[in-house]
Parts: sequence; structure tokens; C-alpha cells
Amino acid sequence: MYLALFIVFGLLCIGGALNLLFRRHPIDCALSLIVVMTSLAVLYLLLGAEFLAAAQVIVYSGAIMVLFTFVIMLLNAGSEERTHGSAAAYAAGMPGIAAIAGLLAFLFLSQNGPAAKARLGDYEVSTGALSRVLFRDLLLPFEVTSVLILVAIVGAIALAGKEH
Amino acid sequence: MNLLVFLLLSVLKIAVVLVVFLSAVAYTVLLERKLVGRIQNRWGPSRVGPSGLLQPLADGAKLFLKEDLLPTGVYRPLYILAPIIALSCALISIAVVPYGARIAWHGVDMFQIADVNIGLLVILSVTSVGVYGIALAGWSSNNKYSLLGALRASAQVISYELALGLSLVGVVLRAGSLNLRSIVDSQAAHGLLSWNVFGGFQIVAFFVYLIAAFAETNRTPFDLPEAESELTAGYHTEYSSMKFAMFFMAEYGNMIMVGCVATLLFFGGWTSPFGSLLPAFGGIVVQAFLPVFWFVLKVFCFLFLYVWVRGTLPRFRYDQLMGFGWKFLLPVAIANILATSLWLALRTA
Repeated sequence: MYLALFIVFGLLCIGGALNLLFRRHPIDCALSLIVVMTSLAVLYLLLGAEFLAAAQVIVYSGAIMVLFTFVIMLLNAGSEERTHGSAAAYAAGMPGIAAIAGLLAFLFLSQNGPAAKARLGDYEVSTGALSRVLFRDLLLPFEVTSVLILVAIVGAIALAGKEH
Repeated sequence: MNLLVFLLLSVLKIAVVLVVFLSAVAYTVLLERKLVGRIQNRWGPSRVGPSGLLQPLADGAKLFLKEDLLPTGVYRPLYILAPIIALSCALISIAVVPYGARIAWHGVDMFQIADVNIGLLVILSVTSVGVYGIALAGWSSNNKYSLLGALRASAQVISYELALGLSLVGVVLRAGSLNLRSIVDSQAAHGLLSWNVFGGFQIVAFFVYLIAAFAETNRTPFDLPEAESELTAGYHTEYSSMKFAMFFMAEYGNMIMVGCVATLLFFGGWTSPFGSLLPAFGGIVVQAFLPVFWFVLKVFCFLFLYVWVRGTLPRFRYDQLMGFGWKFLLPVAIANILATSLWLALRTA
């Protein structure tokens, strides 16, 4: 059951990512990205991270991608033209991807910790447990990240308001 | 638990809930037409069936039999996909709503389709995806009114979603859970007095939620995405027949969902307002279905309120809408979270 869901949504995720790369129209790309984000949420759910899955859908599929499509709609962006990329990119691209994928696969398969032996559906992390880690053990990094995002927002507003 | 029994009962539950939900959608339309009619001192639909009660059937038959136009300039895949997204997002959330007390039959909870730990977040995430229906409809229609309506809707929904989500945090803090059944159980002790809106002192949060939810569902006074006087019909200008009906059903389905969430979070869900004052009367069947009655009654009150507001208030101007959402509702929602958490911390300390 878990494995079937994993395969279905894993394939959906990869299919969405490939579609994102090969489509010409920005709105098709944005929609493929939504499919990728939402399938990732299901994969998180299979690993027992229910809060993370919901947050993934609310924040990424919901808010951020709505802003993406909003901007595409506002600019009324048309299809992109195909350009002839550099010869170096063509020569190095595919082998490079293969190398990175191989390296990642090797690293994951050579893991020996408890995380490597876990099966799908083994864990169920409650929201309470997650927030205890987030607000007790990792309080400082969490707050520092929040401040970092705040600084980014202030910076964006300062840059945007410079004209006036 | 026998898998076959589980499957059969689940399919039965889904079928019953879906039929009830869809007929509720149809009759909410009638309720709105009748009530707005009475508010404007006229009768509303009164010809089809006794006092117009069969009007939804006639409307449905008309929309179903109408010609389904496909304008030439549209971006076809998204034009067809958009109403499907809107309607399915409106229908999915009902799956996590508990509409009666927990009563197991053959080990299956009969008054909720799926009891999810993060039920509240599921509803929020499905709503946040639902906006794509409107956004894509407006964009793919290739019509300036549709596009403007869709842009307005996206901006409005993103802005008010924040206030909406934050207004619910107080309730979650009090219940200590995101499970909808636990949230209702936390307000079940003394009837009306222990509901979050009264005994839980979440009345400010309730009004923030109510206003934000009106904006989320694009209803008056926040119906700028489909403002007739400026945008023809907004995002569904180019839609006809069943595709238009799907947007229509999605809008009313979302209204009912807002009523359900408000009932569950602020008004004690399926619990009786009289608490233990009301003696247990009738047999076991009456006692099983009485909570469903309370739940439906409360949701009906919200639908009535929706129509009442529509008959009363004029539409916002666009800059007022954005200013109100960001500069008033959001700070109030955050202040409510602060006050609630301080109070809870003081009480436990």
C-alpha cells in the first residue's frame, strides 16, 4: 500500500519535473511545479511528517505558486523561444546530471544509521512532537532563520521603494 | 476490522455525504434567492413546486441541457481544467469534517469520512489550492474581464488567507490539537458556555475568521472578482452550461465549508447548546442523530448570515479591501494569538 503510493507519487513528481523543463509556456511550467510540490507533500506524508506535508501544500503549492502564476498572468508572459545554448552546456550537461544522480544514489545507499533502515509508514511524527523540537531544542536556529527572512523582506521593500 | 466491511461502509458514507452536500449546495442557492427576495420585499422563486421548492431541480436541468460553448481564443486544457479544480477542491474538504458524535459501527466511525490528525490543516490546504480554479479560469479565458477578475481573486485570497489562518491559531492553542474531533471535544463540557466563541474568549478571532472567510469565498462585501458593474461576470465570463455550474457549485460548496469550519471551531461542532441540561430523550437512534441535527442547524445559521450580509452590505473598493486585510485584520489576528497564548501560559504557570 505504502509502496504503491510511493511509486505513484514519485513518478508523478519526476514526470512533473521533466514537464517543467521541457514546456515552453511559463504557465505550463508553473503548473508542473505545483504538481511536483504537491507530490512531494504526499511523499512527506508517507514518511510520517504530516505537519510538514500540510505546510508544504499550504505554503508552496498554495501561497508561493499562486504568486508565481499571479506574476505570469500579470505580465502576460508568452511562450519562450528556443535558443541554441552553448556547446559546453550540451557537452557537459547530461554527463554532469548522470554524475550527480550517481553520487547521490551512492551516498543514500551507503547510509547505515537508523534512518536508512526505516520503512515507509514506520514513523508518525505528531505536530506536538515537531513543535517541541522546533521551539525547545532548535529554538535559536529557528528564530535566527525567522530574522533572516524578515531582513530579506525589509531589503526587498527598501529596494522596491527606492524610486520614490 | 474486516476490510470488506470497512470499504463498503466507507463508500456508503462517502455517497451519503456527497449527496447531502450537493443537495445542500443546490438548496443554498434557493435559500439565497428566497431570502434576498424577501429582504428586497419581493417573493423570489415561487412557481416551480410548492413555494418554489423544486426550483433547484429546474435550474440544474436548464444548466445541464444548455449548449456548452468553447470560445475560439481560449487556452483549451486549462480552460477545461479550471472548473474541475474549483469544484473538486470545494468537495474534498467535507471528507475531514465530523458531523456527529463518534459512533462506531463494525469499527467504522459513521459520522465522519476520515478522522485525520491534521484535519484543520487539510481543510486550509485544500482551500489554498482551490484558488487555482479561479486564477486559471481567468487566465485561460483570454478575456480582459476574466483576467482582471482572476487577478483580483488571487490577490484577495492570498491577502485574506493569512488573517484566516492566524485567526484559527487561538482555537488550536486552546484545544492543543489540530484534530477536528479533539477541537470539538475541548468545547463540549458545559454546552453553550464552553464554546470557543463565548467561554473560550475567542470572539475576536471568530469575527476575524468570519470576515476573512467572506473574502476567501468571494462573497459580498468582498465580491470584487465578479463585480457585475465593472467586470461583467469576472473570471467566469466566458463559461457556459455545466462548466459555469461547476463554478457556481464550488462557490456555494465553499460557503457551506466555511459554515462547517466556523461551527466546529467556534460553536462547539455537533454538541448541544444546552449541555447536560437537556435530558437524553428518545431511543438510541434519536440520540445518535441529535448531534447531526445540531451541526446542521448551526451550519444553516451561517448560511443564513451569509445571505443576510449579501442583502445588507455594499461592495468594498479595491484599495479599501487590501488596506482592511493587511492593516486591520492581520494585526488583530496576531494580537489575538498573543493574548490567547499569554492567558494560557499564565493559567498553567
